[in-house]
Amino acid sequence: MSFEIFLQHLINAISLGSLYALIAIGYTMVYGILRLINFAHGDIFMIGGYFAFYGITMFFLPWWAAFIIAISLTALFGMMIEKAAYRPLRDSPRVSVLISAIGVSFFLQSLGVVIFGGIQKGFPIPELFGIRIIFGNLSVMSVNLFIPVIAGIFLAGLMYLVHFTKTGMAMRALSKDHETARLMSIDVDKIISYTFGLGSLLAAVGGIMWGMKYPQLFPLMGLMPGLKCFIAAVVGGIGNITGAVIGGLIIGMTEIMAVAFMPALSGYRDAFAFILLIVILLVKPSGIMGESLTEKV
Amino acid sequence: MDNNKDLKRILTFSAIALGIGLLILFNYIFDSYQLRILNMCGIYITLGLSLNLIYGFTGLFSLGHAGFMAIGAYTTALLSMSPDLKELNFFLVPIVPWLANTEWSFFPALLAGGLLAAVAGFLIGAPVIKLRDDYLAIATLGFAEIIRIVLTNTQSITNGSLGLKGLPPYTNVWWTWGLALASILFMIYLFKGSYGRAFKAIREDQVAAEAMGINLFKHKVLSFTIGSFMAGIAGGLLAHLIGTIDPLMFRFLITFNILLIVVLGGMGSISGTIISAIVVTVAMEYMRILDGPMDLYFFKTDGISGLRMVIFSLALLIVILFFQRGLMGNRELSWDMILNPLKNRKKGVKGE
Repeated sequence: MSFEIFLQHLINAISLGSLYALIAIGYTMVYGILRLINFAHGDIFMIGGYFAFYGITMFFLPWWAAFIIAISLTALFGMMIEKAAYRPLRDSPRVSVLISAIGVSFFLQSLGVVIFGGIQKGFPIPELFGIRIIFGNLSVMSVNLFIPVIAGIFLAGLMYLVHFTKTGMAMRALSKDHETARLMSIDVDKIISYTFGLGSLLAAVGGIMWGMKYPQLFPLMGLMPGLKCFIAAVVGGIGNITGAVIGGLIIGMTEIMAVAFMPALSGYRDAFAFILLIVILLVKPSGIMGESLTEKV
Repeated sequence: MDNNKDLKRILTFSAIALGIGLLILFNYIFDSYQLRILNMCGIYITLGLSLNLIYGFTGLFSLGHAGFMAIGAYTTALLSMSPDLKELNFFLVPIVPWLANTEWSFFPALLAGGLLAAVAGFLIGAPVIKLRDDYLAIATLGFAEIIRIVLTNTQSITNGSLGLKGLPPYTNVWWTWGLALASILFMIYLFKGSYGRAFKAIREDQVAAEAMGINLFKHKVLSFTIGSFMAGIAGGLLAHLIGTIDPLMFRFLITFNILLIVVLGGMGSISGTIISAIVVTVAMEYMRILDGPMDLYFFKTDGISGLRMVIFSLALLIVILFFQRGLMGNRELSWDMILNPLKNRKKGVKGE
């Protein structure tokens, strides 16, 4: 393998990995606070992509306006889902909430098939992101270079929010202990709602960039990336944002590089993440960055 | 109560006799489409019971059913297909020689499918069974996906994504409902004995169960393996009912349907699962109307595919949000309840 080809795979791997990282953060934040696998997160990612698609093709908005509107709408949508499907179950067994999340996920997928249609839609790539950069044997779409940068910007913003603002502090407090947080006069419902909004916002960013990278959208597109990103969150240590980023990059890297070096395995591409999950669960269930959770008896 | 025992036994036997009589009647008067739905009901009862055993009774939230069904379906189909049929199916990549000439009759093939699914269930269950509920869910879901991906890629054994077509239609009402009846009796028998009670104890409180001397690992793996076995056999029956299988059939969707049945019927209720399996399967078929063109007076559509699944996912959401106990909760339909509804209600009130 020549160096140029390797570089091309590397760029591809990093851009895929940063997309996974963006989505994994949503899982890890919700799990950190509610101990819930938000199964619907992958479908929120899909909805974000479709919002941007309709903004551009149906309302003829300039791409940046369409993206901003899509991202904010998706954030609101995520908060609505929390209010409708998870909040009433706050005091129920955790598995009930999980089943509710599975229900929401299927609901969004099938609603997507009904409203958006089951056929793949080509994503209208804005000119800026669609430039093909050719450099010797190397040929990359500019969107692949933009993705890590944009992901980095959003990550920096998120880190600032979580570590240096009152809301972020409240989120961290909630992930430790709901009752005590409530006693410290933190509005638990509001903060949980913000967490969902924030996670959905990042998922929407991921969804839009996914749409530009593989220029197509379909209602079930969130299923596989959703599962893989949850795995990324587990691998990195669930509840830990840095861990989610590392996990996302690891999964993105493994997928692209394993197929690049061993083309015979290309059919098993989707299985890598699951194998990684099982290995991690057996070897170090708390993940790379996670603190080990002790079971209370 | 005891003086009623003979009456109840007579009632049970006559109910079974009535059931068999109805099956004979249905077998005679139903067209092939209705018969297919009837068969599906039987298969889904088995599937629902097997998930209820794992989740509703033992408290292991597993989402891997599609994988075990796939193993059962493929094993049964590959073992029972005739060599000519195999040659017809494997036109792209020839089948491996050791499978090319095997042709078993249906029952051993079905049993082999179930056993292989049980082995897979054991191998998968043993390492992950100690995980907590949501991790277990995602790990078993992951295994089901891996199984599907392996089936897609081992083209010389499974014919890959082309699937297997033209399977002989061995499955009939006797197979499906016979299996359903066997599963029901097995479950009733199981939960009268110590194993069933141990499963329930684990569901209620693992730590307390362990303190009472129940071997958690052994019982959890046992429940998981039995559930996989039942799922494998149901998968084999499903393959020979539909006549075509491919890896896409065994996506998460089919696990979702089974989960819907268990949640709707009540987690931990055998009779609830039976009722909801029948209701869901029949509704699933007859709601196909929704996917086709509709003509209400004020509202016309030319067929929206997928509307059916919207309604089913909403149904799951409504049940889990508002009626968390499902149809039966963890109670059972018993003759006491039917013969003496008033008395039972009184007792229920007192109990609460």
